[in-house]
Amino acid sequence: MSDARADAAFPYDDPSQQREAATLGMWIFLAAELIFFGGAFVCYAAAASAHGPDFARASNRTALPLGAVNTAVLLTSSWTMALAVHAARDGRRKPLLGFLLATAALGTVFLALKGTEYLEDYHQRLVPGRAFLGSGPERLFFSFYFVMTGIHALHLLIGVALLLALAVIAWRGRRPLPTLNIFENCGLYWHFVDIVWIFLFPLLYLRGRHV
Amino acid sequence: MTDAAAATRSENYLNVDYRLRSWLLTTDHKRIGVLYLLSLTFFFFIGGAFAVVMRLELLTPQGDLVQPETYNKLFTMHGIVMVFFFLVPSIPAVFGNFLLPLMIGARDVAFPRLNLASWYIFMLGGLFTLGSVITGGVDTGWTFYTPLSSLSGTQVTTAATGIFIMGFSSILTGINFIVTTHKMRAPGLTWMRLPLFVWSLYATAIILVLGTPALTMALTLVGLERIFGIGIFNPALGGDPLLFQHLFWFYSHPAVYVMILPGMGVESELITCFSRRRPFGYSFIAGASLAIAVLGFLVWGHHMFVSGQSAYAGMIFSLLSFLVAIPSGVKVFAWSGTLFRGAISYETPMLYAFGFIGLFTIGGLTGLFLASMATDVHVHDTYFVVAHFHYVMVGGMVMAYLGALHFWWPKMTGRLYPEGWARLSALIVFLGFNLTFFPQFILGYLGMPRRYHAYPAEFQVLHVLSSAGASILGAGYLLPLVYFLWSLKYGKRAGSNPWNATGLEWRTPSPPPPHNFPESPVVTEEPYAYPVEERA
Amino acid sequence: MKAGTIYLRVYLALLLLAAATTGIAFIDLGAGSALAAMLIAAAKTVLVILYFMHVRFSSAITRLFAGVGFAFLLILVALTMSDVLTRGWLPATTPPPSKSARP
Repeated sequence: MSDARADAAFPYDDPSQQREAATLGMWIFLAAELIFFGGAFVCYAAAASAHGPDFARASNRTALPLGAVNTAVLLTSSWTMALAVHAARDGRRKPLLGFLLATAALGTVFLALKGTEYLEDYHQRLVPGRAFLGSGPERLFFSFYFVMTGIHALHLLIGVALLLALAVIAWRGRRPLPTLNIFENCGLYWHFVDIVWIFLFPLLYLRGRHV
Repeated sequence: MTDAAAATRSENYLNVDYRLRSWLLTTDHKRIGVLYLLSLTFFFFIGGAFAVVMRLELLTPQGDLVQPETYNKLFTMHGIVMVFFFLVPSIPAVFGNFLLPLMIGARDVAFPRLNLASWYIFMLGGLFTLGSVITGGVDTGWTFYTPLSSLSGTQVTTAATGIFIMGFSSILTGINFIVTTHKMRAPGLTWMRLPLFVWSLYATAIILVLGTPALTMALTLVGLERIFGIGIFNPALGGDPLLFQHLFWFYSHPAVYVMILPGMGVESELITCFSRRRPFGYSFIAGASLAIAVLGFLVWGHHMFVSGQSAYAGMIFSLLSFLVAIPSGVKVFAWSGTLFRGAISYETPMLYAFGFIGLFTIGGLTGLFLASMATDVHVHDTYFVVAHFHYVMVGGMVMAYLGALHFWWPKMTGRLYPEGWARLSALIVFLGFNLTFFPQFILGYLGMPRRYHAYPAEFQVLHVLSSAGASILGAGYLLPLVYFLWSLKYGKRAGSNPWNATGLEWRTPSPPPPHNFPESPVVTEEPYAYPVEERA
Repeated sequence: MKAGTIYLRVYLALLLLAAATTGIAFIDLGAGSALAAMLIAAAKTVLVILYFMHVRFSSAITRLFAGVGFAFLLILVALTMSDVLTRGWLPATTPPPSKSARP
């Protein structure tokens, strides 16, 4: 049995085959996630086309400063994630660890700010429910707002957990870093979650600012 | 030493380890296929039980067997269990899992542990769904239309959770199949040398990964409506109930191609083997599989012609629906061309294959009546629709499933089933099926609505015929259960290639060893190189 | 160009585009506002996909898979919106008075 085979797990013949398979698998999963989020986006688009002025008015009641800061935070986290994956490929363990933790920290900051924002929305009576302050369609807007940012936040939370798990793996250093596919694939997931926010931000926060 | 004797003495995937934990923690794709076979058989008979009660109720025009609310629950649970816990997984989960690595000369799928996870996730989803039955059932129809599903007092959330979970099983299986086909083929096995069954699994996997998430979101939003009262589908709150239907059918229409494509793949394998001929138009059949997968995503609005959908959108969907019929027609033509001047033999798998061609064609053609907006207005929500989809799903898919089961049973178990009883079963199924569902076309055309438990007296004769057929069909389904189990202990031992078929799976012993091939096979010839020499 | 440099440049471009989309939101472009916002978002997405997700340097198959999700999402959006946006096109008609019952 050749040495190359010893590096590849069953049922693969060689490590590059395994790496490509893992990456392909991740991309397909992301395509599925895209359709999942897309379903919510299309419902939002349909509702927005039916209730243009109300949605614009409701959108102005979102916390733009918090949303904008969060956007910057998430973009930065994508940058640190890319640097982390790069460090993994080069086998640089300490930088990898640093960037992973930085990404996780930024993700946590995002979630904390989001939580603050939700709390503020609650005090402003923007949570759809009996206490909601506004018209029917405005309430509908905020239904979309909470559902879409909520599902996004859930994905981010999972991402942070994954990053912490990766940090443990990187710290233990049992196997040479360049042979592990998980950093690349987790990176793909993280960037995808960033992309969802790239669309959520203008749709939910910026709709009616020019009015 | 004959092949059969060697197989019994040597290690195969079944006897390598008898402990329960070796089954529950297996990552062997063949064992996972068997686990699915057991689960799906269970769910099939549960779904069938609901249908039995429905057909008993429909013997008389009055609603005298069950309460109306109960009847609503019966057709709902019949639909949910049959669609999500039998038809969608069926051939891919059982035969796809078992055969895909074998057919491409691989040792296993690309992600064996993910494969096992798929089964556990499937079972978890099934648990929730059965839970919804036990705690009172659901009455919205398997289609969960809003606003009824948002407001109904029945166990919608539980059932929706079960289907939500099961969706992940579909997606993970789809990912596994696609990556396996791309990355794990044996040397020399180019795309155009793949068995047509593999092409059909690939096309199916595409639909699974891209369509299922829409259902996931649709069910998530309904759940959130029920729990939090958000108004996305509620007109009173500014929402639009049709948005649910768009998301639901964006998945559920392609889902019907998930249900039929693997059956078509099986059909290609059976027709070629039992007419001893190469397929007529191999590349057309392969291309048609992909075309069905893609075009299938463009037609979902034909379920919504009378829902309030824009007539202009309806016209687009109608036109596209006619287009998607074309690749199916190409396949039927190709199979017919394969049969022509073939050396046809009538073993049980071939009987099911013949049943498939005829019944799928009828079902498919009646789909055209439904694709045309004008005629659809007349037959929408009638038994015509019910007959149409049962012809393709049961006359097509279930027959293909049974054909596959008989064809690959020797490979999976190392035993031959009793051919006489099997042929009898096939005939019973065919007769029972047609007696059950042909009258339903007439019923629907005459105006009998679907999902009704009581009806005008003039429809009774047709309903009685249908129910009589159902009892015959049921017998036809129970017989294989008996003789397959019998064969496990008393059936003749099978050699590696009892049908003299082409395909890499037939080059392994029956049952195959745990890692399929001692060495990766190298493929040098075209697929379906019939005729094949007799082997011991 | 070193990978680190590329990443930094992409990151700065993303920040710039984010600032741009926020700023442009305050200008009244009518129907163009939504379009501008979506175009900028698309540009950011393309940058993330090509560079952070390495699609620029990936195999053809990877690029195909990366694009397929968007293609099918487009189908979902386009055909659903074709319904939503054209619902009002047909003039509303009053239903005809009901005649004899159907056979």
